[in-house]
Amino acid sequence: MKRLIVLCILISAGTVFGQYPSGEQILNKIDENMSSKNRILLSKMVIYGRWGSRTIESRSWIQGAEKSFTEYLSPAREKGTKMLKLGDQLWMYSPSTDRIIQISGHMLRESVMGSDLSYEDMMEDPKLTNNYKAEVTGTEIIDERQCWVVELSAKKDNLAYHSRKMWIDRERNIPLKEELYAKSGKLLKKTELKDIKQIQGRWFPKRILFKDMLKSGDGTEFIIETIQFDQDISEYIFSKAALRK
Amino acid sequence: MIVFLLKGLLRDRQRSFFPILMITIGVLLTVLTHCWINGILGDIVNLNARFITGHVRIMTRAYAENEDQLPNDLALVGINELVEKLQEEFPEMVWVKRIHFGGLLDVPDEKGETKAQGPTAGLAVDLLAGKSTETDRLDIEKSIVHGYLPHKPGEILISEEFAMRLGVNIGNMVTLLSSTMYGSMAMQNFTIAGTVRFGVGAIDRSAIIADISDAQLALDMNDASGEILGYFKNNLYNDVKAEEIAKQFNTRYTNSDDEFAPVMFRLKEQKDLASYLDYSSTFKSIIVFVFVLAMSIVLWNAGLIGGLRRYGEVGVRLAIGEHNGHIYRSMIYESVLIGIFGSVFGSLIGLGIAYILQTKGIDFSSFFKNATMMVPVVFRAHITPEAYYIGFLPGLFSTVLGTMLSGIGIYKRKTAQLFREMEA
Repeated sequence: MKRLIVLCILISAGTVFGQYPSGEQILNKIDENMSSKNRILLSKMVIYGRWGSRTIESRSWIQGAEKSFTEYLSPAREKGTKMLKLGDQLWMYSPSTDRIIQISGHMLRESVMGSDLSYEDMMEDPKLTNNYKAEVTGTEIIDERQCWVVELSAKKDNLAYHSRKMWIDRERNIPLKEELYAKSGKLLKKTELKDIKQIQGRWFPKRILFKDMLKSGDGTEFIIETIQFDQDISEYIFSKAALRK
Repeated sequence: MIVFLLKGLLRDRQRSFFPILMITIGVLLTVLTHCWINGILGDIVNLNARFITGHVRIMTRAYAENEDQLPNDLALVGINELVEKLQEEFPEMVWVKRIHFGGLLDVPDEKGETKAQGPTAGLAVDLLAGKSTETDRLDIEKSIVHGYLPHKPGEILISEEFAMRLGVNIGNMVTLLSSTMYGSMAMQNFTIAGTVRFGVGAIDRSAIIADISDAQLALDMNDASGEILGYFKNNLYNDVKAEEIAKQFNTRYTNSDDEFAPVMFRLKEQKDLASYLDYSSTFKSIIVFVFVLAMSIVLWNAGLIGGLRRYGEVGVRLAIGEHNGHIYRSMIYESVLIGIFGSVFGSLIGLGIAYILQTKGIDFSSFFKNATMMVPVVFRAHITPEAYYIGFLPGLFSTVLGTMLSGIGIYKRKTAQLFREMEA
């Protein structure tokens, strides 16, 4: 009888603990799905500001969290502006001045072109498992999809977002909603990932809504027109010479 | 009699030199303190009015709430029409457009890449329009250390200290990196026309001054500016009139629901200047009152001591038959002469030193190295009409009053007592 009771307890405990996968497992799955060796994307940012909306079109080459190159294609005022990010250094080129200007590292957390995205948000593709430890805290339904609710906390001190809360699509291993917090616990940004499509075998959003909670305005819509993963990108792209080309 | 008294005063230095010296010092200090305090307080208000607040200032409601962040995304739009209307409706004022902006100023090397860089606080004013009053108002030409006033688009002035820190010279090209009114990246090349020093730590540290049209182009602020400032045509601030104008404007233009509606603020309502002005005015009055009171007591005392010191002399004069009233009057006349001489000398020397301090000033820049307040680093005195009498009147009357009080004893001395005193 005793053995039976112990067995029942073990089975029920196993069931309870077995309901949720570990946070690390989930982060690994997200990284597998979303992170790539590199990516090339053509995107549009629709910024809903105080003076109405503005649309900025750009093409980006992103390699992990270290290397990134972005060229702005429109509107006319931004056309030809280029940005190169190598590690925590950022260079900008504007055709109107024909100057390459180096920007100090702290600018990486500033807004890109008045949008709700920071340079880090736009120009980096870091692996979550390298930066965060995670804990699954529950399940919820978002956009009619079953989601894990995962809370992430930073492994390092120098991250822009010290903690994050993600609602991860259980089947497609992609966050559908996210809240990004500062070390103080203040909510900095909210994102919503929409129009999830399968691209080159990965589930990826075609549209991301960013809302910087510290800014006025109605947020920024980041629309991915085309995206290609794991391409052969010439090293030249990630050089200062490419800025003037 | 005056000549007789004058001769007496000149020949007896004990009766003239020290009392006059004492009055001179007292009057000098009163005049100087008055001019000095007036100068410092006036300069601070004037500086804020010229560079920041105007006599009245118009901003959008949202801009006013966040003005420390230089939020040009909340700037006034349609300003050309607004300025035209202001000129029609309030012709007693001069209306000017201003843009304050922040950013980075980048200096290129020979390859066009960053050689030096520093954060800058920019001010855009009308420099190039023919009828512009801004160069005079901001004293720009007098503040130029090297180079010249910009005379064509694309030229800027940079603070001398900032230019030295960045290692740039006249004719060099620099790039301003800032944000447009819509939040986009703004990059614009400028040529340095000259370097300036305004004697204001907060400006001299890292300022650039650009023409308003150049700034509008760089910051994508077509027909927009952060602020519109109004100045009375006689350049003297009139708070009652300013309040009336602000009230009229706000009734006509301000819509409480619209955060972009223009709102007018008068000088006293801005940057805590009202409390500063009230506080400084009270403070100035207290200081001058205490000083005048202390000096009056000292001079009165000097008059009393002078009178008592001459107790023996008065006794002899009474003994030889001089009338009490005559002695009393002659002593008062003497004190009037001493008071006039001392007050004139004191006022002249005080005004002279105040004039030197008004033109040269004293440089306190080392105390204001990191100041963010709009405070002049060179403190100057300011000679006002009151300075001509503020020391003179107490200098004269307190001496005379002292003598009058001490002289009362003359009437109390009896002839019998007088002879006993003299025999002793």
